[in-house]
Amino acid sequence: MPGDLKDGRIVIVGASLAGLRAAETLREEGFTGSLTVVGDEPHAPYDRPPLSKQVLLGQATADTTELPMRRDTEAEWRLGVRATGVDLLAKQVLLADGESLPYDRLLIATGTRARPWPNPEEGALDGVFTLRTREDGAGLAERLAARPERVLVIGAGFTGSEIASACRELGLQVTVAERGPAPLVGALGGTLSKLAAVMQRNHGVDLRTGVTVTALNGNGAFTGADLSDGSRVEADVCVVALGAVRNVEWLADSGLAAGPRGIACDAGCRAFNMYGIVTDDVFVAGDVSRFPHPLFGYQMLSLEHWGNAVEQAEVAAHNMVSPGPLQRPHLAVPVFWSTQFGLNIKSVGVPTYSDHVVIAQGSLEARRLAMVYGYQGRVTAAVTVDMAKVLDYYRHLIETAAPFPPPPGAQDRAIAADITIPSAVPDPSVLSHGPTVALTGHLPDRRLTVV
Amino acid sequence: MDSATLLARITDYASRPNPYPLYAELREAGPVVQQADGSYLIGTYHHIAALLHDPRMSADPRTRGEVTHKPPFLRLDDPEHHRLRTLAMRPFGPPHSPGRVDGMRGEIDRITKELLEPFEAGRQIDIVDDFAYPLPVTVICRLLGVPREDEPLFRAWSDAIVAAADVRPDDDSTEPDKAGDQARMEMGGYLLNLAEQRRGKPGDDLLSAFVNEPDQALRLTQEELAETAVLLLIAGHETTVNLITNGVLTLLRQPEQLDLLRREPGLMPRAVEELLRYEPPVHMRERIPHADLDVAGTVIPQGTSVILVLASGSRDPRRFHEPDRFDPTRPDNQHLGFGSGIHLCYGAPLARLEAQAALGALLPHLGTARLVQDPPPYRQNAMLRGPRHLSVQL
Repeated sequence: MPGDLKDGRIVIVGASLAGLRAAETLREEGFTGSLTVVGDEPHAPYDRPPLSKQVLLGQATADTTELPMRRDTEAEWRLGVRATGVDLLAKQVLLADGESLPYDRLLIATGTRARPWPNPEEGALDGVFTLRTREDGAGLAERLAARPERVLVIGAGFTGSEIASACRELGLQVTVAERGPAPLVGALGGTLSKLAAVMQRNHGVDLRTGVTVTALNGNGAFTGADLSDGSRVEADVCVVALGAVRNVEWLADSGLAAGPRGIACDAGCRAFNMYGIVTDDVFVAGDVSRFPHPLFGYQMLSLEHWGNAVEQAEVAAHNMVSPGPLQRPHLAVPVFWSTQFGLNIKSVGVPTYSDHVVIAQGSLEARRLAMVYGYQGRVTAAVTVDMAKVLDYYRHLIETAAPFPPPPGAQDRAIAADITIPSAVPDPSVLSHGPTVALTGHLPDRRLTVV
Repeated sequence: MDSATLLARITDYASRPNPYPLYAELREAGPVVQQADGSYLIGTYHHIAALLHDPRMSADPRTRGEVTHKPPFLRLDDPEHHRLRTLAMRPFGPPHSPGRVDGMRGEIDRITKELLEPFEAGRQIDIVDDFAYPLPVTVICRLLGVPREDEPLFRAWSDAIVAAADVRPDDDSTEPDKAGDQARMEMGGYLLNLAEQRRGKPGDDLLSAFVNEPDQALRLTQEELAETAVLLLIAGHETTVNLITNGVLTLLRQPEQLDLLRREPGLMPRAVEELLRYEPPVHMRERIPHADLDVAGTVIPQGTSVILVLASGSRDPRRFHEPDRFDPTRPDNQHLGFGSGIHLCYGAPLARLEAQAALGALLPHLGTARLVQDPPPYRQNAMLRGPRHLSVQL
């Protein structure tokens, strides 16, 4: 009965961006039943992107990034308590405090956490940080404000690069160690990663690529690190930016298709169980999900992006209170942004789903450009550097599977706009940083390798 | 009627009070409607939005072969557009001057209050001359650093320039173009002279900031400074006046919405967005393709004039539910009132602030007010459309 869908008990596990937006959307869509939101952090939902930018620069404090509530969610917020499991048959979420919450429909939005340093003792040294939570942001900001001699950042993905950028803006010495050949290469491929490397070095970053950190040293407090090339870095702060780990362990015995790459769901955000059978009453949204996308060969995508958390949460919430024929697919084209070293980088589509790239507008020299990514002759992604306003055009090309390279006639057209070069997206396993858009099925040019 | 005459009918002065039925006809005939003079009209939301973001569309009149001076950044393409707009933005908005517009709030409120002093019940006033025109003019003068008492001088120039820039079929525009060029030269000279006076003696205005920029690489040339200053002075007062006047007209025509806003003044920011959709100050923009362009199956040849009817796109029923209804509570209101893409209105934050402050302060005076003449007399301009006078009995 469609009417019943607007009533009953809904539990959302995860009280961050996706959980909040889902709660709001449920009410907007006319859900009048009981709504409970469970979050293991003790805070009301807060925004994370500022934690690696404005908070580190001292322009905002970590406790001021609370997300605005767009409407009264009339929800019971169970904050500071961890969900430890779910009983799909009894339809109950189990909590760490021993309580269990019965539900009619469940939304899982538990997101990710920072990948910790693999050696727990070294990771526990004073001065060693990861950056994911409000406490992480506040602690790191405080340490940076005390003006350390040198900061070591391990991993040159977006988070690591933004932290390095903030350090330079604060006038702090910073060393970045990355196992791959260049910063951001896992997300953006070869050409833009070279620009990223130049930007880091021009801004005074001591960038070490092709190396791993083999040990963090210190007796109680961090004093430096050993690198695989035999060198040592003396530093008093270390930020481990090795990407994210999906919060799925609590679902290990649930029977859901939950693994290290996330919880598999269909285009309507309904979770699969471990047999690949779709559930009717368990939904997934945000960083913890992986879902098929028709524009990218129906590969399972997992996106660690703000925009995806919002859009997928809204689709999931709509589908939780709508009968089958009125449910919607989550088809949004992935979008993300980063600001670092004075540049605004925005991406649309899936840059890693590509074989070639072309600079369609602007130039590397001008530090202002639009790079278009193609796979087998069609446009699959675009990344702009300080040229965000043209991104909608390229999104349209992606959505319509337009031919690659894009047609001539663009203003500020690069001299080399017809010359395509390999996109040079590396195998993610050789990097220190995660790609943030993970193709969790196959890389397109390595069809036989499960990644 | 023949859809090839739509541009002629839209620009006909008789259509000024209500061009919206013609826009509906345009969308029906569309999405791409060739005109008798060879130009193309586009009036559907999604096609307009796509073309506003399409880097193959030029804003530069020289792309259709017009031999003319280098225009201001409003009508330039990247990368030159980007360079000049960025330089012009440095003293006006983020990232270099993030608090600039917000810092004008107090002054806007003060000017508004002053203008409203004579607004007593029983009086008949002209919303345009007594309120909607003097407010943005005073604000832009203050912002740019232009003496307010010079208004009669630059008003004449501005009229000539705006008339020359209007959209016309068949381009019978030699006379207005000549007058416009002459006015541009004179106004540019006037503003350069003002800027020169501030060299070494900077005030907190934009002309001072432009002329005293210490970094050679970030300094506008004399020619660029003149073009930019003319653009900002005109754009700063020819559009906001229409937004405020259209707002008063719309609210007085719809007393239930006026009541709603009087009860819930917090709705004002959304009401202004809805105005920008429903009765926008800018109705059309011209673009010219750099290459042959396929739009919804019609190939528009390189160098041909394409008129994007923004005000029609904002009334497209395929984009907006009940588009002909003025609804200050409308959700999802991504109107085309400020355009979109790289030429998105430079002054939008200031226009929003002015309109919100002006209409908000005017609300208490409109309780029993009525329109003396409906429709009011309109200005000639079809592109920058708005009433010339709006007589209201308080």
